[in-house]
Amino acid sequence: MSGVTFEKVSRTFAGRPVLNDVSFSIASEEALCIMGRSGTGKSVTLKLMVGLLKPDTGSIRIHDRDIVNLDEDGLSQTRRLMGFLFQSGALFSPFSLNDNLALPLQRFTKKSKQEIDALVQTQLDEVGLGNDRYKMPAELSGGMRKRAGLARALILQPSILLADEPTSGLDGVTAGEIDDLLLKLKEKGTTTMVIVTHDICGVRRVGDRLAVLDQRRIIALGKVRGTSSYRLPDTFRLMRRCRRLSNRYLHMW
Amino acid sequence: MLSLLNAFLEFIGNLGLFALRAVRRAFLPPFECRMIWQQIGEIGWRSLPLVVSSGFAVGLVLTLHTRSTLVRFGAESMIPTVQSLSFFNEIGPLVAGLLVAGRVGAGIGAELAGMRVNEEIDAVEVLSVDSFKLLVIPQIVACILALPILTVFIDVAGINGGFLAERSVSQISLHLYLNRAFSLVGWATFIPPTLKTAIFGFIIALVSSWFGYTAVDGSVGVGRAATNSVVASSLLIIMTDVILVKAIFFLFPDTAI
Repeated sequence: MSGVTFEKVSRTFAGRPVLNDVSFSIASEEALCIMGRSGTGKSVTLKLMVGLLKPDTGSIRIHDRDIVNLDEDGLSQTRRLMGFLFQSGALFSPFSLNDNLALPLQRFTKKSKQEIDALVQTQLDEVGLGNDRYKMPAELSGGMRKRAGLARALILQPSILLADEPTSGLDGVTAGEIDDLLLKLKEKGTTTMVIVTHDICGVRRVGDRLAVLDQRRIIALGKVRGTSSYRLPDTFRLMRRCRRLSNRYLHMW
Repeated sequence: MLSLLNAFLEFIGNLGLFALRAVRRAFLPPFECRMIWQQIGEIGWRSLPLVVSSGFAVGLVLTLHTRSTLVRFGAESMIPTVQSLSFFNEIGPLVAGLLVAGRVGAGIGAELAGMRVNEEIDAVEVLSVDSFKLLVIPQIVACILALPILTVFIDVAGINGGFLAERSVSQISLHLYLNRAFSLVGWATFIPPTLKTAIFGFIIALVSSWFGYTAVDGSVGVGRAATNSVVASSLLIIMTDVILVKAIFFLFPDTAI
């Protein structure tokens, strides 16, 4: 079964096309990394997947269910299968860390208060924030917010995790910690992951495949080979074939 | 000119749809009691010092001004009555509405716009939680409940300010002042004008939430949402007040005398 499928998806903003006829498919439990320059539609792709944006044309299927024409209830049900880690963490600022994580559990599960408390504590321990449970989002550093955002995204044990630049703006050590968390999740083998990133080390460690977005479409899509090796992924070769655009990316690798 | 009219009509139309959505959702579960309680604290309790001190100052100044006029006609004994009638009927409700529009309207507009810009609203939506119910409805309910209570406080503060001003000039006793102040005040003078501020509260929360919830353009958008919230809600309060005063006169003819 396919986790996420894009079929000829196009999207424009104020007359400016951002995605044009984009098609790709992500298998269940696969980790796809998406790279590309700023403004090439990476975050838009993620927001289309979770239904925050609607495509102008094309279809988007989540677990083989077309989400483009779903009503609010249908979309809400589909979203419960997904976790979304926003670039800034996007923690709900009036709520403490504890309440941010407990909110979806209170709404969509029949767990008791004690069970919810225990689950929140476990989840926060997993991301190393067990002692910061009652802090407000404003009291957390950038790295802590991202880890908290990841904990919240995973609290309902989603089958699909969408992460928007999970390591951007972080130092190497903290970025490595976030990658460790994603890798740990991948090793469990229960979650499909779509990670938008600029961090090639993260791609090598976590990704199964890499897609490169440019000029409103995917210009390269291929396997990331040998996550532990420093050899270039197959995608690099794909990119080299893309004569017009490859030079822009060579310095990135 | 035509584009300005278009923009205004578009604003009214969008606001109307937003209001309809708010009214419809307000009666559907889940009821965000915790958020409502939190907002009552934020909107009501934290506005109290501003409302009370402003009411006291306005009451004091109003008495000083009316005194100089009424003395000319030998009607200085009417000062407490004029003070209380003007406060209960109009000054208290309107000043409370405008003060809350300034303090709370800007706060709601900026807070929601900040949440929109920081993707917090998107994050709530992605969690399948209805962001409108979680963020907008509590503001509206809290404003509707808090405004009449704040109006009672501003009325009391205004009467106290008036007494202090009058006492400093004429040595009038509190007992006599209150007797004169409430001689013409009936329930019809007090209840309808106080309750009309619930509508002011609805307007403030609705308009500010709309500007905040639909904000775009990053931090510039946050500033714009805060400013527009205050301007539009103050203007709408004054315009609505005209209609409400006529409605109160129609429903309670005694108050029109």
